[in-house]
Amino acid sequence: MQSNAAAPAHPAGVPPVPQVAAHFASLDVQQHAARLGMWLFLATEILLFAGLFVIYANYRFMFHDGFAAASRHLDLMLGTVNTIVLITSSFTAAMAVHYAKEAKNKMVVVMFVLTILMALGFLVIKYFEYSHKFHVGQLPGPYFSDPNPELQVAGVPMYYAIYFLSTGLHGFHVVIGMIVLGWITIKANRNEFSGRNYTAVELGSMYWHLVDLVWIFLFPMLYLI
Amino acid sequence: MSPSSSAEAVPGAVPAPDEHHEHHPSYLVDGTTVKSWLLTLDHKRIGVMYLIWVLLFFLIGGTYALVVRLELLTPGPTIIDAMTYNRAFTMHGVVMIFLFMIPAIPGAFGNFMLPLMLGAKDVAFPRLNLLSLYLLLIGAVIAIWGMINGGMDTGWTFYTPYSTHTTTTVAPILFGAFIIGFSSIATGLNFIVTTHTMRAPGITWFKMPLFVWAMYATACIQVLATPVLGLVLLLVVGEQLFHFGIFDPARGGDPVLFQHLFWFYSHPAVYIMVLPSFGVMSEIVAAFSRKNIFGYRAVAFSSLGIAFVGFFAWGHHMFVSGQSTFNAGVFAVLTMLVGVFTAIKVFNWVGTVYKGAVDFKTPFAYFCGFLYFTVFGGMTGVAFATASLDVPWHDTYFVVAHFHFIMVGATIMAFMAAIHYWFPKMFGKMYHEGWGLVSAALIILGFNATFIPQFLLGNAGMPRRYYEYPERFQTLNVASTAGASLLALGFIVSAIYLVYALVYGEKAAANPWNSKGYEWLTESPPPTHNFVGPQPIYTEEPHFYVDPQKAEEPHAV
Repeated sequence: MQSNAAAPAHPAGVPPVPQVAAHFASLDVQQHAARLGMWLFLATEILLFAGLFVIYANYRFMFHDGFAAASRHLDLMLGTVNTIVLITSSFTAAMAVHYAKEAKNKMVVVMFVLTILMALGFLVIKYFEYSHKFHVGQLPGPYFSDPNPELQVAGVPMYYAIYFLSTGLHGFHVVIGMIVLGWITIKANRNEFSGRNYTAVELGSMYWHLVDLVWIFLFPMLYLI
Repeated sequence: MSPSSSAEAVPGAVPAPDEHHEHHPSYLVDGTTVKSWLLTLDHKRIGVMYLIWVLLFFLIGGTYALVVRLELLTPGPTIIDAMTYNRAFTMHGVVMIFLFMIPAIPGAFGNFMLPLMLGAKDVAFPRLNLLSLYLLLIGAVIAIWGMINGGMDTGWTFYTPYSTHTTTTVAPILFGAFIIGFSSIATGLNFIVTTHTMRAPGITWFKMPLFVWAMYATACIQVLATPVLGLVLLLVVGEQLFHFGIFDPARGGDPVLFQHLFWFYSHPAVYIMVLPSFGVMSEIVAAFSRKNIFGYRAVAFSSLGIAFVGFFAWGHHMFVSGQSTFNAGVFAVLTMLVGVFTAIKVFNWVGTVYKGAVDFKTPFAYFCGFLYFTVFGGMTGVAFATASLDVPWHDTYFVVAHFHFIMVGATIMAFMAAIHYWFPKMFGKMYHEGWGLVSAALIILGFNATFIPQFLLGNAGMPRRYYEYPERFQTLNVASTAGASLLALGFIVSAIYLVYALVYGEKAAANPWNSKGYEWLTESPPPTHNFVGPQPIYTEEPHFYVDPQKAEEPHAV
């Protein structure tokens, strides 16, 4: 990964030979190190969200009725559509790795552009969900003002606090993922990837799978149960 | 033995310098512009920059400590008002823990020594390494900005719901700590990947120096625990700004949940602070006893054992939080397990010194202090793990004295020992041995004089963090402040002769201690790419001190 940034733009059809950074013994070692580093980083991300899951479990236990009532007021339809969109985007991201290994940089660009568009679609749907909640006053903690009698149960404002914290943190990761994938798309557009050099595509794709994975936990936790 | 004999003892480790006639400048002079330092990707320069910064943070944290000690000279107000006092002890804790204890040894010595000990040219991700230094500095600047513009009066533990309601500036300091957490994760991640992928041919897992094992275990804790702290700090900032009520009982929140999440990081963080010290000391005890380390594998595995068990011990901070008796019992036993792994190390160090040819140099003096602080601090830790004893001692000066003994005492001893042991390697100069011993004696005596009175104060019932106290506690408080002055004097003395040595010290040989660690197989100071010539191949173990004339049979592991 280190060496790629310095790789020059390559106009011809042949992808450039990857550079091995001076401190690595070989390209294999360099790619192994990059992969291991990414796995460790993803572990830290999962632990970050794990803290939120612990908080959710704790308050679900304390305010069972309030959480059940509030969860019924989420838009299950929009949540399901978003889940499908995100899982499909994870598929296109995986396909990008497949094409990068075959040095089909054009297809890598196509797949990542599709992924980014679906990420954008996810955020747009999220925006409609959020604005609806802002409109009816289903807001965290002291800002909660929905007069609906079904929601006048202890723990409902806490539920919305956790809802906005966890989906907000996830949305932030979506934005970061779009930036990362965009940067790799530019590199693919310069025809940089080949069977010997696809680490950046692989790692970017791994990050996107994490964003998807976290949502697969958040969706049942917030919408379904 | 001459210094060069160590190179012969490991065939093929380092080509003799005269084989290569081209000039290899040391990392210190390879590029002298400011930019060549600030934007360097060389792990050794990054290590030196870490050293400079953590020393500055140590000075800041130490100054706050002296302010607190001076204030407590008399029972009533002495030099500052109560609010300033609260801010002073909070900032003492925050600066010392997040900006000195956690980054000090991994940042300065881990960065410098880990690649050398693995025969690598650099860490796996040099840019991430530089980034982690700058994240530390950005976090420090934000935290110190908050400190100057209002300060914080919560204590370094940021306990909710107080921390979400106090009018002092909590948010920037917590945000600073959050960014420092990123720095810690980046360093840990880098070290784990380096250890896995960058070992030179011949360095199997069980030929790694024990310092590397300790850094590896530390890195595992950094990577696994810090994200949880990051989340909880973000939530407290959110609470402060938006009053969501996650930790606020008035809104249905649970402040004990904050304590669980906070200590899930902060108890393992204790081992982020002491495990590197254990690693440093394993190197030093072997080098200055002239003996192979006793029980290499036991020492290596006990580091991982401490890292593992450390994750299951956080509940002992909550014995008085309304936790059930059953939970208290479980956490008490799990906490005591840490003592078992630590004892394995202590017995092995003592076993190493036994019948060794002890060379009582400054690093070994610090080792003696370290052994004493670790055993004393560790034993009081086992006492604290006993839930029934924790109740009367809870939040008294006994706690303060205990964690200063084990965390600060052990870490400071290891930090000073590491500076003295590796000073010739890092800077290629020798310091004055006599002054080294004088300052070691001052620091060890000063430390005892500061904190033994605090054990007595805590046992007599003086609570921690109080601005005023009854008359009967004054004698011991004066003794403690006097000890703190002695401690400060010790550090000033060592600062003077070390800076003097940096400028006027005589040139150090490649291996002035006749040490067998891999880092001594290159020049002092090392060239930019660590080793002259091709990558070294290691055939011996890192602590192979057995005299070949005396021991014909294979050495014990």
